Amino acid sequence: MNHDSYQDAYIRGILDEVKTIAMIGASANSVRPSYFVLKYLLAKGYDVIPINPGQAGKEILGQPVYGKLADVPRPIDMVDVFRNSEAAGAVVDEALALSPLPKVIWLQLGIRNDEAAARAEAAGIKVVMNRCPKIEYGRLSGEIGWTGVNSRTISSKRPVLQKGFQHRGLRDLKEKI
Amino acid sequence: MTDRIPGFSTLAIHAGAQPDPSTGARVTPIYQTTAFVFDDVDHAASLFGLQAFGNIYTRITNPTTAALEERVAALEGGTAALATASGHAAQLLAFHAMMMPGDNIVAANKLYGGSINQLNHSFKSFGWEVRWAEATDPDSFTALIDDRTRAIFVESLANPGGVLVDLDAIAAIARSKGIPFVVDNTLATPYLCRPIEHGADIVLHSLTKFMGGHGNSMGGVIVDGGTFDWSASGNYPMLSKPRPEYNGMVLHETFGNFAFAIACRVLGLRDLGPAISPMNSFLIMTGIETLPLRMQRHCDNALKVAEHLKSHDKVDWVSYAGLESDPYYGLHRKYMPKGAGSVFTFGVKGGYDAGVALVSNVQLFSHLANIGDTRSLIIHPASTTHRQLTDEQKTAAGAGPDVVRLSIGLEDVEDLIADLDQALATIEA
Repeated sequence: MNHDSYQDAYIRGILDEVKTIAMIGASANSVRPSYFVLKYLLAKGYDVIPINPGQAGKEILGQPVYGKLADVPRPIDMVDVFRNSEAAGAVVDEALALSPLPKVIWLQLGIRNDEAAARAEAAGIKVVMNRCPKIEYGRLSGEIGWTGVNSRTISSKRPVLQKGFQHRGLRDLKEKI
Repeated sequence: MTDRIPGFSTLAIHAGAQPDPSTGARVTPIYQTTAFVFDDVDHAASLFGLQAFGNIYTRITNPTTAALEERVAALEGGTAALATASGHAAQLLAFHAMMMPGDNIVAANKLYGGSINQLNHSFKSFGWEVRWAEATDPDSFTALIDDRTRAIFVESLANPGGVLVDLDAIAAIARSKGIPFVVDNTLATPYLCRPIEHGADIVLHSLTKFMGGHGNSMGGVIVDGGTFDWSASGNYPMLSKPRPEYNGMVLHETFGNFAFAIACRVLGLRDLGPAISPMNSFLIMTGIETLPLRMQRHCDNALKVAEHLKSHDKVDWVSYAGLESDPYYGLHRKYMPKGAGSVFTFGVKGGYDAGVALVSNVQLFSHLANIGDTRSLIIHPASTTHRQLTDEQKTAAGAGPDVVRLSIGLEDVEDLIADLDQALATIEA
């Protein structure tokens, strides 16, 4: 598929479908982008598994850290990758060796590897590249607008409240005009 | 299924403004509160650490203001926006995020007089230098740029002279030098011109003018085009270096293509404090809903008044880019073909005294220092807005002794022409 841009429905479908996310390159440093995303996705109810060889056996935000994908003892719905574009290729191959296969491989903002994406898609895995799931969740829930960010969505429906007024859930795109 | 991209008028009404989640109120409520309760200590920590989206304190974010910000960002085609207490505050915060002592801005010499003062004098005490380029000559910008230049600044449609700058040409210079191109779009509004589509990296507004449009609320905005690489040169440490205020966070790395708007908010607005009031955000947002309708009428009325004045025997000259004879007509057709705005100047025969007589004798035009109101406005810049400038600066800024500035409102244009005619008739030849 074309990875220059994505339909909102494609991204929303992925964020709605996946429950367990393995995060490659999750940092224990609280000002790193991966820590932000980990914390946000946990707050949204995802089961996020940090993968970081340097932190293996420890915990980040209360979640046990594994050294590599193959060490994770339960099925993974999505692999979220905080590595550079070149290194992302090997990570995709590790993901392709999992059983069962993940449903989605997501490369973070600034990361794109079209060859690796083609390998994953040939195995029936959905791919997102050069995007951030935190930003996309914030955009599709409307939360990101609280910071003045252009969500590029409009809706005449009430936002979905997740838990309390400062936590929104994903909008139902069927109702989007 | 393809995501449908809404048109400008749809965005002017809907962008940023879903129904209120708690009450179902269709119009965005005025959240007239200073602060917002936290769910718990961890939620508070996430908000203060910028790890979660949410509201803490109205100096930093407010839901009413956020709806305004998202709406302006959508109309300008930017990634994010930050609203401020005034247009001047927007300029302060935007340059604060780019400039260190010893850095300089290369700015067009055709700017609003208040901006000339701010750049020339107030910014000097921060150690920020301004270098004035000839607005109509893109090469003059190139000649002033050095290794401490951190921004190029122009008005898309300059106040008060009706001067248009060649945005594409200046954007190409900025790009080749790796410097952000900052464009004030107050007089044009995104209805007439969207500078990001012409290479602007940052767009500023005084929302007090046509965006709000009713002469009732002060406000400003910074729009992040999401186009500039703040990390490439190392010259923008607010964005590219670890910030001690946030335990070493690097804003550009963390917030990507809306990092500039975040920097202006969490380093500028948070610490310098010129926040817009939620009431003003509400009034301006209501004004923006009719921006496309108002702006077209403003332009149509202005063209008729300009054409009338051009043939008036008490008028020496008219500077309005909508007139075919105007030197900026070509740029108007290229950059803002729907209209040339509603603010323009003309020269009254008899110079300074005739200008004073004219503003004293109008009955429908209001003599005041503002533009972009439903009401038609008149001012004699040499005796008011530009009086602090030297004669040389006045003339350079298009505010010489005979210059009268009009901001044409939404009244019946025949009444506006009649009022100018009777006031001009009082001037002794």
